[in-house]
Amino acid sequence: MSLLQVSDLRIWDGITGNVFVPNSSFELKPGSCLAIVGESGSGKSLTCRAIMKLNKRTIRQSGDILLKGIRLDQLSEKEIGRRRGKQLYLILQNGMRAFDPTSAIGIHLRETLVHHYGWSRSEIVDKMKQAMLMVRLKDPVEIMNKYPHQLSGGMLQRIMIALAIVLEPDIIIADEPTSALDTVSKYEVMEQFVRLRENMGCSMIFVSHDLGIVRKLADEVLVMRNGSIVERGDASVLFSEAEHEYTRFLVSSHTALNEHFKRVTGGPVYVNR
Amino acid sequence: MSGYIFRRSLLAIPLLLVISFLTFVLNALSPMDPAELVLHAQGVPRITDELITATRTALGMDQPFLIRYLDWLFSCLQLDFGNSYVTGKPVWSMLGPAFLNTLELTILSVVAVIAASIGLGIVCALTEGRWLDKSIRGAAFVLTSMPSYLLAALLVWYFSVKLDWLPTTGKETVQSYILPVSVITISYAGHYFRIVRSAMLMNLNEDYVLFGRACGLPESRITIRLLRNSLQVAVSVFCMAIPIILGSTVVIENLFAWPGLGMLSVKSILSRDFPIIQAYVLVLAAAFVVVNTFSDIINALINPKLRENDL
Repeated sequence: MSLLQVSDLRIWDGITGNVFVPNSSFELKPGSCLAIVGESGSGKSLTCRAIMKLNKRTIRQSGDILLKGIRLDQLSEKEIGRRRGKQLYLILQNGMRAFDPTSAIGIHLRETLVHHYGWSRSEIVDKMKQAMLMVRLKDPVEIMNKYPHQLSGGMLQRIMIALAIVLEPDIIIADEPTSALDTVSKYEVMEQFVRLRENMGCSMIFVSHDLGIVRKLADEVLVMRNGSIVERGDASVLFSEAEHEYTRFLVSSHTALNEHFKRVTGGPVYVNR
Repeated sequence: MSGYIFRRSLLAIPLLLVISFLTFVLNALSPMDPAELVLHAQGVPRITDELITATRTALGMDQPFLIRYLDWLFSCLQLDFGNSYVTGKPVWSMLGPAFLNTLELTILSVVAVIAASIGLGIVCALTEGRWLDKSIRGAAFVLTSMPSYLLAALLVWYFSVKLDWLPTTGKETVQSYILPVSVITISYAGHYFRIVRSAMLMNLNEDYVLFGRACGLPESRITIRLLRNSLQVAVSVFCMAIPIILGSTVVIENLFAWPGLGMLSVKSILSRDFPIIQAYVLVLAAAFVVVNTFSDIINALINPKLRENDL
């Protein structure tokens, strides 16, 4: 049985009637990682947010979304709100903008954890401290007192991952979590996603256009283009014997880029190590 | 933080000095001879050249310009703005009570303006595009496009004359405050709530709102965050509104016969009572500087980024 099943998902603009995603269906098996790849504007983020019903009010959606046998699309705003964070957790692309710039990081963490679990302040600090050390953030207590602009994008990304470790959601949805980072931070953040998968057996939906990362992390891959799923399959198979022309194009341009990079830098690229 | 407040306050001093100098220069440039004005006001029947010279010496007009300025500046620092040309009374004894009356009106209005702007701004942002948002914006458009004297006249006609609920003019009872404060509130809140609304809408699309919701935080929490971030723009605007309202009470005060600065300044301008005009301009300018300084300090309190940057 699948953990999450999305069928006939349709997403459109409620004002202009523009259809962004005409009809997609996919599922996520427990403990596995589903990657969604495709160029910008192919509807990857909209699909992710539609699962959590987080798209803007003007954007409408229809279709069944089944999480552990419960129809998320039929829940009231209040009930889905209770499941956000605790069952479904979203990691955003730009850590720099994901936290309230006017309050310290710790305040967001505390508000979230108090809301879902009602823990005391010291319990929260303890748990966050452990999780933050796990994602290699030194001085967790000091970090919690800092404001977002005082930390780097990579650190904030890892703080989001640390919060996921504490919240223990059923599914982590990561929406291009490394796209806004420089190469070194990207590597550090990727490492944490790999560890999340290995150590915690976390189920994950991973959106990216970085095929190197997807190859490392995903069990299954969906390839999206112009809102439609053009190809799906096992990650290992898809990369070697893609059927759809667009997938082959993505893979080949990725390989070509890597080859070029290797030639220029004179060394292997980290994603292929 | 205290360092920031200290540095920011120091910056206000040169600004005040420049303003005081400009005020003085502008008055000195006026073609009227103060000595003649004083003599006219005192009702001296025959103004001779000797009399004028004597009065000039008494007023200190024979001193060089810079000396006069410094003299005036030091007395101003002790709240001694000289004597009125017309009544001969000290300026402060006339300006002080008028200033307090205007200040009362201004503070009440500013509180009402801020409360109305934030309230309407939040309601409109949260109901963006729906009928409530549209009707509030429509009503505000109509009300703010009316000149304030017309609005005041309409309100007086309806509430004071027709219904006879409120006094038409003067400053006697609590009820006297209602109409002037309402007119000011309507004309300013009608503009300012748009700033709050658009700032909230801009922030609504920010990632931190999305992430807050994705973490399952209740909408009330998210609205508080939105407000805290949106108010940064609004705080500066609101703080600047205080001196603007203080200065623009001229119309309202004359309409409602409110014994404040606006009435006094118009009277002084008509009778060319320079010391009072000079003091009036100085007091208003000082209010601008002081309030602006406060707004920067409040913004620094809300926005941690501003605190670190040097001014």
